[in-house]
Amino acid sequence: MLNAQKIRKDFPILSREVNGKPLVYLDNAATSQTPQQVIEVIVDYYSSYNANIHRGVHFLSQEATDKYEQARQKIQRHFNASKAKEIIFTSGTTHGINLVANGFSSLLQKGDEILVSAMEHHSNIVPWQMLAERTGAILKVIPMNEQGELMMNEYRNLLSSNTKLVFCNHVSNALGTINPIATIIDEAHKVGAAVLIDGAQAAPHIKADVQALNVDFYTVSAHKMCGPTGVGVLYGKEEWLNKLPPYQGGGEMIAEVTFEKTTYADLPHKFEAGTPNICGGIAFGAALDYLNSIGFSEMEAYEHELLDYATNKLLEIEGLKIYGTAQEKTSVISFNIEGVHPYDIGTILDKLGIAVRTGHHCAQPIMDFYKIPGTVRASFSFYNTKEEVDILVEGVKRAKNMLL
Amino acid sequence: MDIKEIQEEIVDEFSMFDDWMQRYEYMIELGKSLPLIDEKYKTEDNIIKGCQSKVWVHAELEEDKLVFTADSDAIITKGIIAILIRAFSNQKPQDIIDADTEFIDEIGLKEHLSPTRANGLVSMIKQLKLYAVAYQTQLN
Repeated sequence: MLNAQKIRKDFPILSREVNGKPLVYLDNAATSQTPQQVIEVIVDYYSSYNANIHRGVHFLSQEATDKYEQARQKIQRHFNASKAKEIIFTSGTTHGINLVANGFSSLLQKGDEILVSAMEHHSNIVPWQMLAERTGAILKVIPMNEQGELMMNEYRNLLSSNTKLVFCNHVSNALGTINPIATIIDEAHKVGAAVLIDGAQAAPHIKADVQALNVDFYTVSAHKMCGPTGVGVLYGKEEWLNKLPPYQGGGEMIAEVTFEKTTYADLPHKFEAGTPNICGGIAFGAALDYLNSIGFSEMEAYEHELLDYATNKLLEIEGLKIYGTAQEKTSVISFNIEGVHPYDIGTILDKLGIAVRTGHHCAQPIMDFYKIPGTVRASFSFYNTKEEVDILVEGVKRAKNMLL
Repeated sequence: MDIKEIQEEIVDEFSMFDDWMQRYEYMIELGKSLPLIDEKYKTEDNIIKGCQSKVWVHAELEEDKLVFTADSDAIITKGIIAILIRAFSNQKPQDIIDADTEFIDEIGLKEHLSPTRANGLVSMIKQLKLYAVAYQTQLN
């Protein structure tokens, strides 16, 4: 069994105070905290071998290049991609989505259809709307039910030979729903559509196997997985990555340049223009090492226990409603108290040292579905404890008493 | 009383509180007692879009003074609005234009005035001043 008290010692930030109270960090779905093991890798990079990669003849450049490429291989192994060149370093999930959306501009025709799920983050809606505007393709929405689960029969009805692309998150950031992506991918492939899965919220909890899923694109951010901000990866099947044109032009992504014509570099460099976040990529690899040393099945079991405990405790509060009650969900609880604005609850909780997110969570269509301005979202990680859940529950009760 | 005097009065009231709890409880009380804006003014046009809580403001000139009414869907935001309205409403437009808002800092609510805080309060102050500028032009 996972020992959260021991694990917490790895995270320096967890012992700080906020507003004179011990920090209770429950905003893990926004960003996760960083363990000492990853911080040390970042410090080591800048202290020992900071250099530009892939082009230097000197020692440091070679060392940095080796470490960066080793990180790519670690990420490849983690997601079980068949080749390292199918792992493209990006600045994060949003970058990965935009890279694919932009690439499909030249592959789509007027009247082609794009399906997107009703529970997407704005970053997985807006790029496709822009793509639809550019190409004349039609954007259609896979609806969800009151529990926050995708309506799979509706999805099957929407699929046709016109469907070229399907986009869906693996886990909803606002509700925590784990979507049945294996089925979504299989069904899309039957009509010849490609599938991009936004794995940003799933990756900290579930180890996705891209080959077993047979997914075309899967994209994640390091900062939700105990890594640094500003770095992530896009996994793409080699055949798809070869079909897509480069996203940005610049150094690193070329083979040969003359003023008449440029030939592009091979994968993955074709999509990695400019000097990348070298330290970030290496630290991402270290973060995966850290998470795997704890073990995803151990984390999942522990987080599920926290989720059940928190759900039951919160539901004891009269007037509290939880949004997103799917059968399969990660350790995210989105809730409101009847008659109270989520922003007010978040403000009081902040004064008590409890960090939660309030608002629409960049998923306005979900809020519109439930006809609410937003929710309070508490999201738990493997380093959170039942004691922290108790502090949250007491905080919510206190906020309720003050506000009502 | 002029704006400065009202602000000093508010600062005095808040100085009685020892901790944030009491300050917030008082603000919530103020929020609850804020005279409601006429429903007909709660339009999309009158909405000040903060990221999270909605704020509506309406301004009307009564003789040479500007009278504000406002509302918000969040009670703490409403409390701050009540404080602002107490300080700025029923004053001459030019005085509103010239007034500063440092008293918010002095009563320990500085965090709500941070431009990065997504509650639309900074936009609200800006909007009050814009109304004042508009009506001042009209008076001239």
